[in-house]
Amino acid sequence: MLSADLSLILPEIVLSLFAMGALVGAVYSGKDALAKPLVWATSALMVALGVWIATRGPGTREAFDGMFVSDTFARFSKVMILVSAAAVLAMSQDYMARRGLLRFEYPVLVALAAVGMMMMVSAGDLIALYMGLELQSLALYVVASLRRDSVRSTEAGLKYFVLGALSSGLLLYGASLTYGYAGTTLFSGIVQAAGEGQAPLGLLFGLVFVTAGLAFKISAVPFHMWTPDVYEGAPTPITAFFATAPKIAAMALFARVLHDAFGGVVSDWQQIIALLSVLSMMLGGIAAIGQTNIKRLMAYSSIAHMGFALMGLAAGTALGVEAMLIYMAIYVTMNVGTFAFILSMERDGQPVTDIASLSLLSKSDGGRALAMLVLLFSLAGVPPFLGFFGKFGVFRAAVDADLFWLAILGGIASVIGAFYYLRIVYLMYFGAERDDRLDANRSGVLWGMMALSALIMVAGVINLFGIEGAAAAAAAALVN
Amino acid sequence: MIGLEHYLTVAAALFVIGIFGLFLNRKNVIILLMSIELMLLAVNINLVAFSSFLGDLVGQVFTLFVLTVAAAEAAIGLAILVCFFRNRGTIAVEDVNVMKG
Repeated sequence: MLSADLSLILPEIVLSLFAMGALVGAVYSGKDALAKPLVWATSALMVALGVWIATRGPGTREAFDGMFVSDTFARFSKVMILVSAAAVLAMSQDYMARRGLLRFEYPVLVALAAVGMMMMVSAGDLIALYMGLELQSLALYVVASLRRDSVRSTEAGLKYFVLGALSSGLLLYGASLTYGYAGTTLFSGIVQAAGEGQAPLGLLFGLVFVTAGLAFKISAVPFHMWTPDVYEGAPTPITAFFATAPKIAAMALFARVLHDAFGGVVSDWQQIIALLSVLSMMLGGIAAIGQTNIKRLMAYSSIAHMGFALMGLAAGTALGVEAMLIYMAIYVTMNVGTFAFILSMERDGQPVTDIASLSLLSKSDGGRALAMLVLLFSLAGVPPFLGFFGKFGVFRAAVDADLFWLAILGGIASVIGAFYYLRIVYLMYFGAERDDRLDANRSGVLWGMMALSALIMVAGVINLFGIEGAAAAAAAALVN
Repeated sequence: MIGLEHYLTVAAALFVIGIFGLFLNRKNVIILLMSIELMLLAVNINLVAFSSFLGDLVGQVFTLFVLTVAAAEAAIGLAILVCFFRNRGTIAVEDVNVMKG
């Protein structure tokens, strides 16, 4: 029995043993000299684990009496998490090495955060949920303040820590109420206690607190205030990491809690999620307009994107979860490309995050400007590109669930949001002449990621690379 | 007779005090850490009270996990705070303002 349980969580065990072994190995040998091979090894291991998880047999299996669930939904999310974390690690190596930031703790912490995220998406129990979430958060607090001699980075870490701990507290209080009124911490027991249609008041309180805690983690309005500061203050590769893998994990965990534990009372949480969605889309769109720092802009952009993904969740149907998963996959691909661009923004070798510095980039570096143009159009959701199909999917799910007002408000928000993406395009192609141009920079990995991501935004239109079928199977495993 | 409600009331009061401590405090980041700890302990009271009321041990197991994580969290929080203090020379909450969020 135990061996069956252990074999089910073998990917997690392998990754955590790797992280611990790497930590010990690095401490007892060359320390930061080992950082570069460690980054590549971690990245390669993550991709390998992703392939392994993707090719593991179908079906739903449970370990440790239902505490750990491995179903299609969990596997789909894990593959996205591992691949995006590996991509960000590969992108960050050069940037961090040149700024003396490449410490061996970085790949170790990212690997541990990835273990936490894998636990989160597989959680079948409130305790497993909490442990996974904390393993991820504790690692992320540290990487946010990785540049420990910079005021901004440590301030970002401090703010992230305080608000993250607050959100964990809220989530935990909700978990304790849920446990008390359901009499069990297992999701399968909670869904029975919540019943069909009407849940006891105590459970509803638990649901609200858990929702608030998770909304912090995906930075949905009104729990978003940490996002811009943390994105701006953290070193750019870390920001790229924050914008990708943890967002998928938290969103998948959100879907799992809502459907596995509270699937019987959809009408109770639907309105909360719809409200979070509308507020995030609107605030993300409007507040981004005045930004001059591209990292802050990406923070508001990710808030808005989380709003759109929540729209799929608000539908409360299998179609909605499918749309949410596809949206997250597209969002992550776009963000990897966009952050590869931001990482390559340099003037005389120094990193620049000022949007105005992009002026007339098309003349000095046409290829990069073109890739960024495609990515920005896709982020804005302009039709020929993949981003539009992500938005279309969540709108269709919302309309299907009779949430017309949500879809209409989402349409308005995406038009508002298009303004600031297109402003960057305008600057790159028709901006004012400046004498301090950005360097033309096409270092291997960054340019590769950027070009690949832009290419996916164009070529994916044909059949979304078959991701639709996988997402539908994942959603069917979750919602039944 | 002290029943479940009394424990829940105390826990709710402590939790609210923790949240208010987090938002109303303008002085010192250490007080923020104390408020966070207060919130987690309120949750622990909740869990143990429910566990005893339900006659189910899972709640107490959960409490032990929460205590462990809270200790790790406090360690990381203090470590970040020490780094911040080295750079900024102060730990007043109003000075955590290089970036306006």
